[in-house]
Amino acid sequence: MANTRVAQRGLGTDGMLIALALGIGVFYWLFVAARAVDPLMSFHAYVFIIGFTAGLFGLVMYATTPPAEETGYQTAVVKAGVFASTFWGIAGFLVGVIIALQLAFPNLLYFDALGWTNFGRLRPLHTSAVIFAFGGNVLIATSFYVVQRTSRARLAGGLAPWFVFWGYNLFIVVAATGYLAGVTQSKEYAEPEWYADLWLTIVWVVYLLVFLGTIWKRKEPHIYVANWFYLSFIVTIAMLHIVNNLALPVSLTGSKSYSLFAGVQDALTQWWYGHNAVGFFLTTGFLAIMYYFIPKRAERPVYSYRLSIVHFWSLIFIYIWAGPHHLHYTALPEWAQTLGMTFSIMLWMPSWGGMINGLMTLSGAWDKLRTDPVLRMLVVSVAFYGMSTFEGPVMSVRAVNSLSHYTDWTIGHVHSGALGWVGYISFGALYCLVPWLWKRKDLYSRALVEWHFWISTLGILLYITSMWVSGIMQGLMWRAYNDFGFLEFSFVETVEAMHPYYIIRALGGSLFLIGSFIMAYNLWRTARGDLRAGEKRPVMAPQPALAE
Amino acid sequence: MAEKEIDEPTGTETTGHAWDGIKELNNPLPRWWLIVFWVTVVWSIGYWVLMPAWPGLPGIGGYTKGVRDHSERANVTEAVAALDAQRADDTRRLLAAPDMQAIENDPDLQAFALAAGESLFGDNCATCHGAGGQGFKGYPNLNDDSWLWGGQLEEIRQTLRYGIRSGHENAHLSIMQAFGSDGLLPRETVDDLVHYVRGLSGQEHDGTAAERAAPVFQAQCAQCHGSDGKGDQSQGAPNLTDPIWLYGGDAMTIRETLWNGRGGVMPAWEERLSEEEILALAVYVHSLGGGE
Amino acid sequence: MLNRHELLEKHGWLLSVAILVVVAIGGVVEIAPLFYLESTIEKVEGVRPYSPLELKGRNIYIREGCYVCHSQQVRPLRDEVERYGHYSLAAESMYDHPFQWGSKRTGPDLARVGGKYSDEWHRQHMIDPRSLVPESVMPPYKFLLENQLDYEHIEADLKALRAVGVPYTDEMIENAKSDITTQLDPFADDYDAFLARYPKAQVRDFDGEPRKVTEMDALIAYMQMLGTLVDFETYQAEENYR
Ligand code: HEC
Ligand code: HEC
Ligand code: HEC
Ligand code: HEM
Ligand code: HEM
Ligand SMILES: [Ca+2]
Ligand SMILES: [Ca+2]
Ligand SMILES: [Cu+2]
Repeated sequence: MANTRVAQRGLGTDGMLIALALGIGVFYWLFVAARAVDPLMSFHAYVFIIGFTAGLFGLVMYATTPPAEETGYQTAVVKAGVFASTFWGIAGFLVGVIIALQLAFPNLLYFDALGWTNFGRLRPLHTSAVIFAFGGNVLIATSFYVVQRTSRARLAGGLAPWFVFWGYNLFIVVAATGYLAGVTQSKEYAEPEWYADLWLTIVWVVYLLVFLGTIWKRKEPHIYVANWFYLSFIVTIAMLHIVNNLALPVSLTGSKSYSLFAGVQDALTQWWYGHNAVGFFLTTGFLAIMYYFIPKRAERPVYSYRLSIVHFWSLIFIYIWAGPHHLHYTALPEWAQTLGMTFSIMLWMPSWGGMINGLMTLSGAWDKLRTDPVLRMLVVSVAFYGMSTFEGPVMSVRAVNSLSHYTDWTIGHVHSGALGWVGYISFGALYCLVPWLWKRKDLYSRALVEWHFWISTLGILLYITSMWVSGIMQGLMWRAYNDFGFLEFSFVETVEAMHPYYIIRALGGSLFLIGSFIMAYNLWRTARGDLRAGEKRPVMAPQPALAE
Repeated sequence: MAEKEIDEPTGTETTGHAWDGIKELNNPLPRWWLIVFWVTVVWSIGYWVLMPAWPGLPGIGGYTKGVRDHSERANVTEAVAALDAQRADDTRRLLAAPDMQAIENDPDLQAFALAAGESLFGDNCATCHGAGGQGFKGYPNLNDDSWLWGGQLEEIRQTLRYGIRSGHENAHLSIMQAFGSDGLLPRETVDDLVHYVRGLSGQEHDGTAAERAAPVFQAQCAQCHGSDGKGDQSQGAPNLTDPIWLYGGDAMTIRETLWNGRGGVMPAWEERLSEEEILALAVYVHSLGGGE
Repeated sequence: MLNRHELLEKHGWLLSVAILVVVAIGGVVEIAPLFYLESTIEKVEGVRPYSPLELKGRNIYIREGCYVCHSQQVRPLRDEVERYGHYSLAAESMYDHPFQWGSKRTGPDLARVGGKYSDEWHRQHMIDPRSLVPESVMPPYKFLLENQLDYEHIEADLKALRAVGVPYTDEMIENAKSDITTQLDPFADDYDAFLARYPKAQVRDFDGEPRKVTEMDALIAYMQMLGTLVDFETYQAEENYR
């Protein structure tokens, strides 16, 4: 390169490939936009065009800036992930609170003229925002961080991690705007249409390659247990996503597609996917987070290597079989229901293996729970994990499920896992990451973490207890008979009976949301380098850099 | 193998690996954990022996049926039959009752019919007629003593079985034509008729307009609603002289009725509900509002 | 065992393959038999592909997310059979791409709602659920009455469904567009041929606006056919215990 000009970074092969892909993509979507058979398709074509063009623009900016040193860990993309997680978390919780309020106060929160704000459109927005936007960004960010640290290697693929980050978030935007506009395949947790699914497949394959590439480059002889879990999450989600989303588009320039499978086969494929979205997105991925952040924060060794091995393999093998517990008593043949139920029971101990390994890692350091609210959050999260993985097998028993299925009990179960386990482990990881990434001595305020912890814990308790009560009550009311042998309650009477619990749930959700605002503020001040005056702080071990 | 060391606080050996400062202890699997795990496995195997569980291979087909030969579909059929058997005695007596009087004379039977009727009403009828049978605009109040198609047990039963304008071949028919929009009557006449109808029920109205409409009413409306406007149950034509309105007695609504016509639909229940269920409902509805 | 595990811990690709193999097993064993076991789908009479109007209605049902609150699956439990009617059969959804069994009952099951209410009731209920059921938490769908039904490309939908296994005939595809208006008009010329193509289809204006073809027409047509196809008189229940 010429010395006369300021040196430019240029684009390596990685950048060239991405630029080429985006360039082709822009032309493809321009073509689609021009020939779209429905307005939703052209709308999404423009979303893709804007996204890809912004990507190309970003590449140009990158190529024309002076080279920076690229020896240490790739942390910028992790920082971006932290930002995206916080943003999407708040957005997802907010929509959760809105839909909770809609069920509590339908007269106030439905608008004739705004069909896109109806519960049916917002609920998938909520589930995707919390699971895929919030959870997904936490997983991508932490996996990029953890795999580098535990492999002592910089992320592989040059710019590819950025492609993964932006590509994934573009998928989120397409999915979210799609739900509001009415683009959906109606398969729970897989609602985006075929073209969004294809785009996610591309992004996911690159994600896998980046992750594996970094492991290949590692300087540690062994692959750390957290990375087994991350890997199982990435590999399995790829398999599930591809199979469950197999569909035939009506037109290559239209948004609508029809699932390849029908009826009972489609149902089991969907819940094979849906259950394992829980198993591999919301469980193994977050167990990976647990396996890094708890020992790190507690500064204690992982409790048992042997347990890691046994529970890892038994967990991933058994999880896959449990899907039919979502279809108990349906037209799915009973033999399949039996398999779903028994494997769910056998899943109990493999799940608790993770809990034991997480909790027992604190042996010798239990006192830290008193002083370190971040560690407390991480540990309480594992406790919630233990609770929901006990509740799950119970609900899988057919007799229990005949009561719980279709009711708020399921919603309570979901949110003890979602708020308690997924939420808290993520918050804990974010509280750890921000000071580490921005190289700050400590969080801006530990007192605020305490506030976050207690407010949201109260919120979770209100949420799940109200849903247990309302769910069990609803289930019992549906099957109640009067003395003469006739059904005691009409359906609408059960709807009416839910009303107080829906209010309590909305209150609990609001507290959880308030907690996340407190966290966002705290993280922002931390990143800025502020330290709240007058707080006592224990000495923390700094994170070593790669060069050391 | 990497160097092993002893972890101070717990006195346990580590595996010797370290990643970013994280080490692993070499603890064995917790015994209780392993035992419970095996127990769940053994329990599952037992369950597979008892219940339908494993699918056959392609070409072989079938599945293991289990020694209990369990089928939820068989169970529910039995459960419903058992319930029917439990209710059979009362059901038989209900179906055999010659008339309402006979049912009322037998308090047990009446209580049975009312319980059944109330239960069925909640899920099938309340959505149209209101939880207490109070009705909505266009959906008659079943609490009052005013009947469109007759309030005797047998009449109610007919209404429930076949519905009203339901498309069933035996359904009550007859509709209130769209006198205005179909051009049967000129606009001014319809306006006059509104006053006439309001006059019938003693509401505020323009006497001269009503007078102008009187002959029209006798010519066009009396065949259904009667020359005195008291209605005709054989045609489902409402009584227009009382303060009870199906659609509404204000001038706007009456005008709309006359202009566009009316023809509310009540579904036929014959296919969805059994004969005794329909009878029980009829008894229940009869009890709601001074049945005839 | 621990020593052998070292091999996996040292080779990322081997670990990935091992994971893939381990997680593939359960799904294959459970899902594949549903495609070849004959007992999976009952033999019944009456189930047919959706008429174009019903199909459109079904797509609106999906678009609006009705499935998040309504199941379409009556379980073989005493109270459900009494409340909703005969338990659902696998055969009843064999042409459903995708299935709509649902997972939450914020509202009642809809598997057999067809014929339970009048069109006018549905119309009013969709416009303002609380005007009829004060306790309801269901959203209003007034806009469906204002939205014209877009069925410009309905043949393409039928073709796509045929490609994934729904037995639409050439005749059905050819007439798809006109079948939409035929189903809304009992006096249409093609009435008999239409009913031959789609037996038991209900033919009338559904939304109370005979001059318009609205999304409400399609949705109510779909509601009114739900659960009405199977002929339970000829259905051999006992042969399908499983
Ligand atoms: C789809 C709404 C709907 C449902 C559901 C419904 N009805 Fe009706 N019902 C009506 C309408 C509309 C009328 C009045 C028809 C007319 O305008 O003549 C009616 C009329 C009646 C009448 C006649 C009233 C009279 O004055 O003669 C009776 C009795 C009745 N319903 C009872 C029932 C019962 C019992 C059920 C439940 C099994 C039921 N209805 C379910 C809509 C409904
Ligand atoms: C062919 C028979 C028939 C004729 C002729 C007829 N009606 Fe009706 N009318 C009915 C029926 C049946 C109803 C109830 C409609 C329903 O149940 O939805 C009705 C309803 C009404 C109502 C609504 C009552 C309420 O409670 O809201 C009014 C007002 C009325 N008619 C007035 C008239 C007048 C005025 C005329 C003459 C111009 C007339 N009708 C001619 C059969 C008839
Ligand atoms: C927020 C949840 C929710 C959504 C979304 C929803 N519903 Fe409902 N639905 C209810 C509730 C609650 C009831 C019971 C009360 C009532 O009848 O309104 C109900 C009742 C019904 C009924 C009457 C069923 C019966 O047997 O009484 C029908 C039909 C119906 N909904 C159709 C739909 C359709 C079609 C959609 C989508 C366009 C939809 N619903 C969306 C909650 C919902
Ligand atoms: C051993 C572990 C678990 C088992 C056996 C299990 C079992 C179950 C069962 C039986 C249901 C109800 C299905 C129904 O009736 O519809 C369910 C629903 C659900 N569970 Fe779990 N569960 C487990 C752990 C978890 C965890 C840890 C989470 C969350 C992080 C979770 C998230 C969910 C979700 C989201 C649903 C709702 C699915 C839907 O209907 O949309 N589960 N689970
Ligand atoms: C402020 C916090 C939250 C509130 C108020 C909230 C509220 C809700 C509501 C009202 C529903 C619909 C329930 C129904 O249909 O009856 C729902 C569903 C769901 N939520 Fe949340 N939620 C919150 C946070 C989360 C988080 C953090 C997650 C996951 C990480 C999550 C995952 C889900 C899932 C998976 C479902 C669907 C459950 C099912 O289909 O069975 N939610 N939530
Ligand atoms: Ca999808
Ligand atoms: Ca119309
Ligand atoms: Cu599950």
